[in-house]
Amino acid sequence: MDVSPGPIVSAKDLTRRFGTVLAVDHVSLNIAAGELFGLIGPNGAGKSTLMKMFTTMIPPTSGRATIAGFDVAVQPQEVRKRIGYVPQLLSADGELTGYENMLLSARLYLIPSAARESRVQAALEMMGLTDVKNRLVQTYSGGMARRLEIAQSTLHRPAVLFMDEPTVGLDPGGRRAVWEHVRALHREMGAAVVFSTHYMDEAEAVCDRLALIAHGKVAALGTPDELKARLGGQASLDDVFAELTNERIAPVGGGQ
Amino acid sequence: MSGGPSSGPVRRTAMLDSAGAYLTQVFAVADAEVIKLRHDPTDLISRAVQPILWLLLFGQVMAHVRGLNTTGGDYLDFLAPGILAQSVLFVAIFYGLSAIWERDLGVLHRYMVSPAPRSALVIGKALASSSRGLSQAVVIYACAALMGVGLSFRPVDLALVAGLIVLASALFSTFSLIIACIVKTRERFMGVGQFLTMPIFFASNAIYPLTLMPGWLRVVARINPLSYQVDALRCLMLKGGHSQFGLGLDAGVLLVVTALLIVIATRLYPRLTQ
Repeated sequence: MDVSPGPIVSAKDLTRRFGTVLAVDHVSLNIAAGELFGLIGPNGAGKSTLMKMFTTMIPPTSGRATIAGFDVAVQPQEVRKRIGYVPQLLSADGELTGYENMLLSARLYLIPSAARESRVQAALEMMGLTDVKNRLVQTYSGGMARRLEIAQSTLHRPAVLFMDEPTVGLDPGGRRAVWEHVRALHREMGAAVVFSTHYMDEAEAVCDRLALIAHGKVAALGTPDELKARLGGQASLDDVFAELTNERIAPVGGGQ
Repeated sequence: MSGGPSSGPVRRTAMLDSAGAYLTQVFAVADAEVIKLRHDPTDLISRAVQPILWLLLFGQVMAHVRGLNTTGGDYLDFLAPGILAQSVLFVAIFYGLSAIWERDLGVLHRYMVSPAPRSALVIGKALASSSRGLSQAVVIYACAALMGVGLSFRPVDLALVAGLIVLASALFSTFSLIIACIVKTRERFMGVGQFLTMPIFFASNAIYPLTLMPGWLRVVARINPLSYQVDALRCLMLKGGHSQFGLGLDAGVLLVVTALLIVIATRLYPRLTQ
C-alpha cells in the first residue's frame, strides 16, 4: 500500500510541553520500514509522550512527526490506518472474550466482513490464543492479555506497531512468549516495531537499533553494539544507560 | 448533488461505501456494550428496581393527592411515562462514568487510536446507552401494566416509544460523556452527576404537571429536554394519551439537542486520553 522510499516513522524537532514541563525536547529520528526499534530511558524521560505523539494521541507542541509520510497533526486519520498501538495500560476489554475483542477491532478497522472471521482466527492462532478465545479477558494472564492486544492492534496489518512497555509486569515466561510472538509477527508482516522498555536485555536481544531518551532528548542512537562501543571494552547496555542518564544503579567497578 | 454526469455513479458508490463503513464502526462500539450486558446482566436487573419502587410506593401514595389530578386521568397514568423518562435519564446520566473508567483502564486508547471517526465512537456509545434504556422500558411497561395503567400496545406507538427512548438515552448519555471529558476523574464526575440529576428530574413535568409550578420553574422546565421526552411519552405510551407541546416539537427539540451534544462530545472525547 505504502511503499514509500523514506522512513516509515520520522520525527523532526518534535517537541511536547505540558505547562512548563518540557516532556519531549526537539527529538529528531528516523525509523526504517520493517525495523525493530527500541526506546529506552528512565521513567519520565519522555518515551510515552513521544509514542503518544507518533500514535496521534496527543498533538505535538512544535516540530513534526510523520508516519509513512503522513503528518500526525495534519492527517491523523491516515496515520491511524497505518499504525497499531499497544499502550502501557490494558487496552483489551476485560469484560469481553478474546474473540469478541478481536471482532471489535476487526470492525473498527473495517476488515471486509468476508475476511473478518478468517483473519481473526488466524491472528488468534498466531498469538497462541485459540484455546482461550472464548474466555473473558479478565481471566487471562498478563502475558496472554498482551498477546491479545498485539493481535487486535495488528489485524489491519499496520506499517508500524507501537508498543509502550509491552512486557512490564510480566513474569519471565510471559515476557519470553510475548517476544517470541512479536518476532514471528514481525517476520510475517514485515511491519516496523517501535517499543519502549526498561529491560536492557530485551532491548539488546530484540532491537535492530535503539534510542536512549533522557530528559526528553535523544541521548544516544544506534545499534546495541554501537552504543556499547561508545563506552568501549566490556560495557553492557546497562552501563551505557547509566552513563548517559546519570543514573548509577550500582558503583561501577574501576570506573571514576 | 454536484459533479458531472460521468462522476455521479462513482461518487455515489464511494459515498455508500463510506456510509457503510461509518455504520460498521458505530455498530462495533454499540455491539461491544450489548455483548457485555449479555455477559453480566446484573446491572440491568439492579437498575430496574428503582423505577418499580417509584411506581409502587411514590405512585400509590401520590395518587391520593387531589391537586395532582390535572390530566383528568389516574395519577399512575400520568406518572408512568414520567418514571420511564426518569429511569432512562438516571441510567444515561452516569454513562460518562464508564468513559472515565475505560480511560483509566486503557480500553479507551484502542478506540482513540483506531481510524474510526470520533463521531462514530460517540454515536456508538450513545446507542449502547440506548440499549440499556430500552431494557428499562420493558420492565416499566410490565410493572405499569400490572398496576393497571392504561398503556397503549399499538405497534406504531410501541415503535415510536422505542425510538423516543433511543433518542433520549443518546441525548443524556452524550451530555454525560461531555461532563466526563471536562472533569476527567471519577470522584469529580460523581459529584457533578449527583448535582445535575435532581434538577433535571424535578424541574420537569415528569412527576407533576407544569401548571403546579411557580412561573420561574415553569420556564426552566420548558427548556429542559426531559420535559419534551415526558410529553411525547405521555402521548404515545397511554391509551388516548395526548401531547401538550405537540409531538413534532418534542421530537424536534430532542433531535436538535442530541445532534448538538454529539458535535460537542466529538470535539471533547479525544481529550480524555491526552
